[in-house]
Amino acid sequence: MSYLEYAVKSTPSGFRKFLFMNWPLTLLLISTASAGFLMLYSVAGGSWTPWAEPQMERFGLGLAVMFIVALVPIWFWRNMSVVAYLGSIALLVFVELFGTVGMGAQRWIDLGFMRLQPSEVMKVTLVMLLASYYDWLPSHKTSRPIWVIIPVILILIPTFMVLRQPDLGTSILLLAAGGGLMFLAGVHWAYFAAVIAAGVGLIATVFNSRGTEWQLLKDYQFRRIDTFLDPSTDPLGAGYHITQSKIALGSGGWNGRGFMQGTQSRLNFLPEKHTDFIFTTLAEEFGFVGGITLLTLYGLILIFCMVTALSTKDRFSSLVTLGIALNFFLFFAVNMSMVMGLAPVVGVPLPMVSYGGSAMLVLMAAFGIVQSAHIHRPR
Amino acid sequence: MKQRKTKSQGLAYKRLPRRAVVLGGLQAAFIGGLAARMRFMQVDQADEYRLLAEENRINIRLIPPTRGRIYDRNGQIIGQNSPSYRIVMVREDAGDVDAVISKLSDLIPLTEDEIERAKTEMRRSAPFLPVTLADQVTWEDISKVAVNAPALPGVTPEVGMTRQYPRYEDFAHVVGYVGPVSDYDLSQIEDPEPVLRIPRFQIGKVGLEAKQEGTLRGKAGAKRVEVNATGRVMRELDRQVGEAGADLQLSVDADLQQYAQARLAGESAAAVVIDCETGDIRAISSAPSFDPNLFVRGISVADYRTLTQDNYRPLANKTVQGTYPPGSTFKMITAMAALEAGVIGPSNTVYCPGHLKVGSRRFHCWKRGGHGTVDLETSLKRSCDVYYYDVALRTGIDRISDMARIFGLGVKHDIPMSAVAAGLAPNQEWKQRVHGQDWLVGDTANASIGQGFMLASPLQLAVMTARIATGRAVSPRLVRSVNGIEEPSGAGEPLAVNPNNLEQVRKAMFSVSNDRRGTAYRSRIIADEFRMAGKTGTSQVRNITKAERAAGVIRNEDLPWERRDHALFVSFAPYDNPKYAVAVVVEHGGGGSKAAAPVARDIMLQALYNGTPPLEAYPVADRDRIKEQQKRLEGDRRPKARPTEKDRA
Repeated sequence: MSYLEYAVKSTPSGFRKFLFMNWPLTLLLISTASAGFLMLYSVAGGSWTPWAEPQMERFGLGLAVMFIVALVPIWFWRNMSVVAYLGSIALLVFVELFGTVGMGAQRWIDLGFMRLQPSEVMKVTLVMLLASYYDWLPSHKTSRPIWVIIPVILILIPTFMVLRQPDLGTSILLLAAGGGLMFLAGVHWAYFAAVIAAGVGLIATVFNSRGTEWQLLKDYQFRRIDTFLDPSTDPLGAGYHITQSKIALGSGGWNGRGFMQGTQSRLNFLPEKHTDFIFTTLAEEFGFVGGITLLTLYGLILIFCMVTALSTKDRFSSLVTLGIALNFFLFFAVNMSMVMGLAPVVGVPLPMVSYGGSAMLVLMAAFGIVQSAHIHRPR
Repeated sequence: MKQRKTKSQGLAYKRLPRRAVVLGGLQAAFIGGLAARMRFMQVDQADEYRLLAEENRINIRLIPPTRGRIYDRNGQIIGQNSPSYRIVMVREDAGDVDAVISKLSDLIPLTEDEIERAKTEMRRSAPFLPVTLADQVTWEDISKVAVNAPALPGVTPEVGMTRQYPRYEDFAHVVGYVGPVSDYDLSQIEDPEPVLRIPRFQIGKVGLEAKQEGTLRGKAGAKRVEVNATGRVMRELDRQVGEAGADLQLSVDADLQQYAQARLAGESAAAVVIDCETGDIRAISSAPSFDPNLFVRGISVADYRTLTQDNYRPLANKTVQGTYPPGSTFKMITAMAALEAGVIGPSNTVYCPGHLKVGSRRFHCWKRGGHGTVDLETSLKRSCDVYYYDVALRTGIDRISDMARIFGLGVKHDIPMSAVAAGLAPNQEWKQRVHGQDWLVGDTANASIGQGFMLASPLQLAVMTARIATGRAVSPRLVRSVNGIEEPSGAGEPLAVNPNNLEQVRKAMFSVSNDRRGTAYRSRIIADEFRMAGKTGTSQVRNITKAERAAGVIRNEDLPWERRDHALFVSFAPYDNPKYAVAVVVEHGGGGSKAAAPVARDIMLQALYNGTPPLEAYPVADRDRIKEQQKRLEGDRRPKARPTEKDRA
């Protein structure tokens, strides 16, 4: 029934849908991913293996997923959002019980051909659920306490589950994305003011919990914060990554040391140079010019998402597109802040560029929803 | 459904674009912040970070210098650098370390110790760094490893340079040996050169190797290499060639040294041959000796114990470090002091009844019945003690002591060997200073015949003899040239003594080994052009009690070895035109004329003929015996260089 709500006749059908896609967004995604291939080729010492080639294959798969998702009408995705959310929660429970332990955290489900990180999936499904929630909720109820508490609970459930893995970075991203969506939906600003005030109080509490038996964060998380606040205290230990990353970035200079000439990346001074710290390699080899170019690509992706969001009259489409854009923004903003020494090392990859299967696929599926919203927008 | 439409046009819906713009603005501001931060780091601070990146990646590695070689005066090699083989293992290539090691130990002998040490080192170091499994491996074992290479992943033979002494025992005391730098060595050096921290870097430990370390070591080169974060070398950027150590040429003649060493074999003895013209040390042998190569590779506890527990003290360098009462060989000095002081003339005589009463004590001549009336020549020829007691008491110890110094006794000679002793030529002031006692006349009597406090090393005795022979202040020279540049000669200035007096002493020394009644007549040289002058010495290491003297002095042969007298002999030849001075000390050898003089004569002839001398140079009666001896020594003498492991392969 629901698709009768839209002026169906004005919506393209069949393969004509391709013509009505947000093509600039598609091209931007391809460009960004290509930059990623180039960097993965470089960090492997000029080799397509072990990273660049699988990444290209996954991006191909991701593009296919994006097109498929895009062709499915947006109202289907809206109707699916509750199921998707519950499915994600189930995955988080599953990973809690049976997940693969890696790097001190329980994050993955090994599917054989790839490792699925349920927390990645959760980022998108949470946005979908909240968008459909506010689509359903009569607007005059938006700021009523009872209708505010419901989405807050919906956000906090996955946040705590992810925090338990433990994955501080992703849980903060979930919180931020959910909060951002509530803000976009028009929840009264006073709630946000209250939450921010409470957040400051919470941070103070967390720091005071240090060393006591009810310590809220793990020691390594505290150390990361310490290191972030003053990396020079431990240049060979915990601060090593940040220090080396900053050296690499800074030594890039105006136009970089040249493709495959970055000594810091080449000689393994950079940690996780193919994942979390790939931006450092890019900035080292292509300098300020390269860094700004990538940043511009990201900015343009955000702008074209915004175009989709504001050109549709459908509330769900707008909210889900802006939510996905916000997620994307948080991704690269946190990652870049981290490698530039502006944020603690929390293990957030650079979207579309860092090596990693599930993040890429989930992101492409999310952009598929944006495309779907663009194609099926009521005109 | 229509309601939906109105709902979406409600208040919240209108708010959406506004909120989107606010959030978009915040995002844009953050992106701007990131860009600004990037600009700050990459443009404003770029140079600083570039420098840090360079420091990260570039490592300076030292290239150890090649140690200078040591040659004898004729260019024969004494100390060289030869390839040494070791077996190393790289953990990351080996895979299963234990399995590979057990396979390897089936092939070549590996001790538990070596295996344990290697495993410990492997655990500690980076997986790509080679760890030495076995050092100083024979060529055969290397071949075995090479042949079985496919079954031994990560195991490779490696070649390095190590010091090798092809003359073995002959130069152990002269050249000494090298060894790896120890923590103790490092602690002794202020601000040690970085090259010393290279693992297994060899430095001189003893002898010339230690004393000329600065010359021999050379300067380390350096290469700049690019390393990755774990320290693995990725490539070499550039290299600065070091400077090899300077080659040293010794004044020693390796063949003569070898002969001297062989001739002394079986005794605890020392012999020094000095070239009278230049002060060149032609031979400087201390017996018994040891193989310095053992120390280079690290001597075993058992071998070391054998060396330290030997009564004959093979590790002691008796030529410069050992000091002995010079005994009668000192009488030339006493005579010179008396002649110079004008106390006696060459023809003045002293009556020797067999003893001289000095104060309340009776000083005996070695000849119980006495020598009767003796002048300078007779006293030296027959080594009359009473003559020297008498003239010394008239001359005074201070003049004798001064004369000893003129001839190089009690003076530390400057040669680059370990523990060069100064000996002792005592005077009144010395006894007062060191013992806090007055000098007694009895002390003078003792000193006059080179007993008592008097001490001299064989080197000093040889220098003394060379000075007597030439009348010049000959000083010993061990290093003839450094990198082909000759060192200053040790010929020396004429001594501040009356040449006529010296001539009288030389004449008397000639009689010692050429007059039928001379103490060294049996060890004379027959060859006319090579006539030898000398002086025997027998220095007591024990007191002879009154009771023993009354009963008859116990003969040396009847005493335990360590209580027998030291035998000494000093000589120079040819008498008319002195070429070499030789000093021989045989510890606890008995009488100088019997134990030391023949050795000195043989070595002298070997030097004079520059090889095996003809039998005609020897007294007729000795020739058969000498022939035997020559044959024996020829057989005894080892080939110049033992075949090394490599040669055998």
